[in-house]
Amino acid sequence: MFNICANPSSLEGTIWLICYLTTAKHFAFYFSFIVVLMLLILAAPLSLLFGFAASTAVRSSVWFVRICAKAYINMVRGIPDVVFFLFVPLALDQLFELIRHKTLCSDVVEPIWRGTDFMVCSAAKLPLSTADLWVHQLYSFILALIAFAIVFGAFAGNVLTGAMKAVPKDQTDTAAAYGFTQKQIFWRILVPQMWVYAIPGLSNLWMILIKATPLLFLLGVEDIVYWARELGGSKTSLYAYPHPDWRVYYFAGLLIFYLSMTWVSEKILIRLQNNLSHGQATMAGKELQGDI
Amino acid sequence: MSSCWATIQDYGLRSLGIGERILPKSDITFCEQFVLIGSGLIWNIYFGLIAVFFGFWFAIILAIGKNSRSGLYRVPSNSFIFLFRGSPLFIQFFFAYELFVLLPKAGITLDLGFVILSAETRWLTRAWLGGIIVLFCNTSAYSAEIFYGAIRSVPSTEIEAADAYGITGFKKFWRIIWPSMLRLAWPAYTNEAIFLFHATALIFFSGFPAWRQSGDALYYASYFADKTFNPFLPYPIVAGYFIAVTLLIIYLFGRVNHHLNRHLDLKQKSQLKFSINLLR
Repeated sequence: MFNICANPSSLEGTIWLICYLTTAKHFAFYFSFIVVLMLLILAAPLSLLFGFAASTAVRSSVWFVRICAKAYINMVRGIPDVVFFLFVPLALDQLFELIRHKTLCSDVVEPIWRGTDFMVCSAAKLPLSTADLWVHQLYSFILALIAFAIVFGAFAGNVLTGAMKAVPKDQTDTAAAYGFTQKQIFWRILVPQMWVYAIPGLSNLWMILIKATPLLFLLGVEDIVYWARELGGSKTSLYAYPHPDWRVYYFAGLLIFYLSMTWVSEKILIRLQNNLSHGQATMAGKELQGDI
Repeated sequence: MSSCWATIQDYGLRSLGIGERILPKSDITFCEQFVLIGSGLIWNIYFGLIAVFFGFWFAIILAIGKNSRSGLYRVPSNSFIFLFRGSPLFIQFFFAYELFVLLPKAGITLDLGFVILSAETRWLTRAWLGGIIVLFCNTSAYSAEIFYGAIRSVPSTEIEAADAYGITGFKKFWRIIWPSMLRLAWPAYTNEAIFLFHATALIFFSGFPAWRQSGDALYYASYFADKTFNPFLPYPIVAGYFIAVTLLIIYLFGRVNHHLNRHLDLKQKSQLKFSINLLR
């Protein structure tokens, strides 16, 4: 990057380190931090949406919808999230390719599952084998994002179902007495009031989500774990910047990154909690006003 | 059916290195998948049991430390809890593995005067020891936070009563605080045990290599998904196993909960809630 870095073997000390940390590969490493943040920013609202849909479905009057929604929000209690992260992207990928295969190459009659192979015609491949590398990267990122949304949607569904139950029954009864329809009660009484009960659970969920992001590594995305292993591995003198096995330092860096992320989040969430409790007829609200 | 019996003999204890050496490569049957993934579950149960058992005691020490007025005990406990609760377990596994790899290969000899212990450091890079250490620290930190919260919510009247009777020191902790603390913490601790059991599935995906392909349930599941290109069989099998063990944990911890609450009348009893309460 810098002119002085043109001949790495002649460098020493701090300058060597600066040049080492500004190689193209290191910029890919720094970019992967942005990928992680992108995942966080996109996965949080998506899973909230999934969770909201699920917790609404739990209250449905249709028996089948209710059962499905309950199964969905309870599955995370019995099954490790990492199983979903391995299963969902693979399953979705096959599903998409299967649909494309059926529509794009309907003339091919050979079965798709041949022994131990999953073969679709080349036009149905996702992404196409001719596509650029970044398309492949983007595709696996999107699959990962869907997997995160499904798992954390189930967690959020748990939180929101509990929050809806926590809204005092008097409120909905009063609305019903005033002649509100079920739909109006839901949107005008229940939903606006449930958030204050949901915030502690959702804050917790945000912390879990932060700590789940390194699992991107398992999903074939070139994330921070991938680059830490790649860059930290010992480099022989064939490389421009030879060094012994430095992976432990790279992972120490990642540890610090995550610790500071959770530390900052914790501070912000406590402040948010205090703001929301302000003026509420709860213990926290009264403590804030100095009544207790 | 008889062939499935042969599969159980071949692969039933494969994850421990007993039985057929070579994993099935082609014409993989449902029975082979079911047996081998079940065999891997032995590892998950081993990791879970050891980490919960040792982590429980260390967590209580940490919780008492965090509750201490003296900074000498409070600061180290707090830092430990922050370090392991604030960072992802996945990264902790990677970091610990790379750290253990860097340790001198020769091993450490401890001369205790009457007996000489030699610990081989290369064992630390194996999942059965290295993975356990990380898991132990992790669950200790999470449980310590739960126990700390429980200590803080022990009714002050109970402690005042103890003071009035002149019960002090260790006896006060052991006879008064400890039973109430455990009772209050138990529902949350059940959750932690479940999450810890789920976390055992991460070990073989995070640096720690599976030695001679002896891995855990998820390791074999992903092996089959790779080999057959069909994720719809192995992953539901592994999910089924995990659900079964989770239900077992809920049952066993529920029995303990019942025991801890036996002196209370019905109204005061804290039921183990079946709905999830997120703690991590």
